[in-house]
Amino acid sequence: MSKKFASARRNFVIGSLAAGSTVFAGNATKATAHDDPAITELQPWASELGDGVDASPYGKPSDFEKHVIRRNVSWLTADPTSSVNFTPLHALDGTITPNGLCFERHHGGVAIVNPGKYRLMVNGLINQNTVFDLSDLMRFPRTNRLYFLECAANSGMEWRGAQLNGCQFTHGMIHNVLYTGIKLKDILREVGLKQSAKWILAEGADSSAMTRSIPIEKAMDDCLIAFKMNGESLRPEQGYPVRLVVPGWEGNMWIKWIRRIEVGDKPWHHREETSKYTDLFEDGNARKFTWEMDAKSVITNPSPQAPVLHGRGPMVLTGVAWSGRGKISRVDVSIDGGISWNEARINGPANSKSMHRFYYEFDWNGQQLLLQSRAQDDTGYVQPTKDQLRSIRGENSIYHNNGIQTWAVDRNGITENVEVS
Amino acid sequence: MLKYLNLALIQFSLILFAHTGQSETLGLGRVATENELKAWDIDIRPDGAGLPAGSGSVLSGEETYTENCASCHGDFGEGIDRWPELAGGFDTLDSEDPVKTIGSYWPYLSTVWDYVHRAMPFGNAQSLTDNDVYSITAYILYLNDLVEEDFELSNKNFSSISLPNENNFFHDNRNTLENKQFVKRCMQNCKPDVKITKRAVVLDVTPDTEIETEQSVPKVEIQEETASLNLQLVKDGEKVFKKCKACHKIGAKAKHGTGPHLNNIYGRIAGSLSDYKKYSKNIINAGNNGLIWDSETLSSFIENPKKYLAGTKMNFKGIKKSTDRNALLEYIKSIASSGN
Repeated sequence: MSKKFASARRNFVIGSLAAGSTVFAGNATKATAHDDPAITELQPWASELGDGVDASPYGKPSDFEKHVIRRNVSWLTADPTSSVNFTPLHALDGTITPNGLCFERHHGGVAIVNPGKYRLMVNGLINQNTVFDLSDLMRFPRTNRLYFLECAANSGMEWRGAQLNGCQFTHGMIHNVLYTGIKLKDILREVGLKQSAKWILAEGADSSAMTRSIPIEKAMDDCLIAFKMNGESLRPEQGYPVRLVVPGWEGNMWIKWIRRIEVGDKPWHHREETSKYTDLFEDGNARKFTWEMDAKSVITNPSPQAPVLHGRGPMVLTGVAWSGRGKISRVDVSIDGGISWNEARINGPANSKSMHRFYYEFDWNGQQLLLQSRAQDDTGYVQPTKDQLRSIRGENSIYHNNGIQTWAVDRNGITENVEVS
Repeated sequence: MLKYLNLALIQFSLILFAHTGQSETLGLGRVATENELKAWDIDIRPDGAGLPAGSGSVLSGEETYTENCASCHGDFGEGIDRWPELAGGFDTLDSEDPVKTIGSYWPYLSTVWDYVHRAMPFGNAQSLTDNDVYSITAYILYLNDLVEEDFELSNKNFSSISLPNENNFFHDNRNTLENKQFVKRCMQNCKPDVKITKRAVVLDVTPDTEIETEQSVPKVEIQEETASLNLQLVKDGEKVFKKCKACHKIGAKAKHGTGPHLNNIYGRIAGSLSDYKKYSKNIINAGNNGLIWDSETLSSFIENPKKYLAGTKMNFKGIKKSTDRNALLEYIKSIASSGN
């Protein structure tokens, strides 16, 4: 038995002990119980004074939630300054990702940019090469939009089979944030595009000077120059003070600490769009410019880091779904490994190119479950199985793995990452 | 008549202008200067657009590469630890273990020049001269057997070089190849039975996610020594340390990287950390012969590692300025004693 498996089991035992006095007793009949000391004994918080309003000028989560953190997988990369960590999806609900839990991916560490020295240069095939500072950007009309950002390599470790035991690791390179910013097209109109303008190059101010080529149609469609996330300034690790938002497209294109936009007539074919973020096929050829993120979903509870602790009876299954091409029109859930499916209930904000929350409530008979979710977006696209993707792309493409995820729940509620026939 | 029509048009457009209250532009921002463009407009394209005049040979590239790149990418572009491999990997792209190097995978040489120039060396980006970048690019071509050893790369012959894998990329064809296949939504009796075929727990590569207890968080103790530190020097040294931190970690959470962590380096016998497995024989021998790291020995080593300790695996050209070395050591001292 692996260490992780053992620790999940230990948690389960603790959980079942805690729930020991409320054994499930069948249809709508409440269990009898002994006196609960949580009620009969005076708790310290009911008697003593807590901290005053000056104790925590910037609030933090409860100490009981200390385990809800971004985590990294150290063996994935050579060094943490060019690496990734993962959003704890299994511990979140609703659709908004809290700022401190949004996964991080950077290529030269977190740039600490002084907002007083922040500049955005726009140059190339435009009427006048222009420099904006932050106060200039604040004078453009603003817009608020909720979007998911998913790394193209999310679930990339799973191409060859079930590998990481937890949706934080298999699907946690995603976050969903309300951005406040200005439309990129307003900036491009301000500088005056020339007729020959076909592409833009977005460039970051960090030590990797990250660059990506983006077609002008996308730039003039829904891209944003954002400076707020969920109401407050961008976090340094998310590009403070200003980042690019490229809705529905792979996260690497959302240039953080954006310092420059060049307008050109051809793509630049820089490192991140040639040696990386290209999808290698079995025959040795590779797809490039695979920008859109296909419809995808994952069950976040239960999942390996969030086993079922309550025993048989009513169960709330929940998860998230998203599509880079529009809204999620439907999510189906299977509890028998894909033999039969039931429509889940989508609840909460349901915006285009943003995360949707789904629930499926059912009565667990205590037998093994093979849980799957399957998203469909409003283009009609249905999330495929991993094997369907492999049959077309092989196993070496790293990126854009949106295949259906399976979690196996055993009779004790222990949940693990598996693949099924 | 024509005159009146013109006038009418002008009036019409004026009215429109006033009515919508919308001019073409807001008049925000200012004109970028030539020097500003020169500083930031550094991108290069496959057609050579953006390349500055300059040149560099394989021969000069070998030296520049060894000084700046080899500590992570290896002397022959083979990649140390998990740092990227730059050379070889030919004929592996359709195998089970594709090796994607500049020679085997990258489509354009301009990408190499652009990337080395903008982002390398890791932690000391944009410190190379244009000719350094030409030299390194030429040397990488040589490591991939794409040019001879007497080759010199310049802005003039640049676009004559093409990389072998250029034609093996194709545009995203999901919309034509895949997406129409993925529209069926079976609800019942979708397959006869189901079996578990793969399990993540068998691999056991998931990081432990048990709740961390307070005891496991290392406490940073304030050392008495701190009082004697020159804080300005520490601050300067932190900047110098950026040249080191791709390989060396320091502080409470520091672990070994490509190089050993530097906590408690002062007073450490050279090559003596038993859990660091990548020492050169020579540094272990030097430790056995009595080399102990202190301000003096560290300063001499960092000034020119390969000269001070021949055979060291630390592929680093050294820090020549004594003021930088002093600042660096002050910084290391300020942190090193607080970890572990």
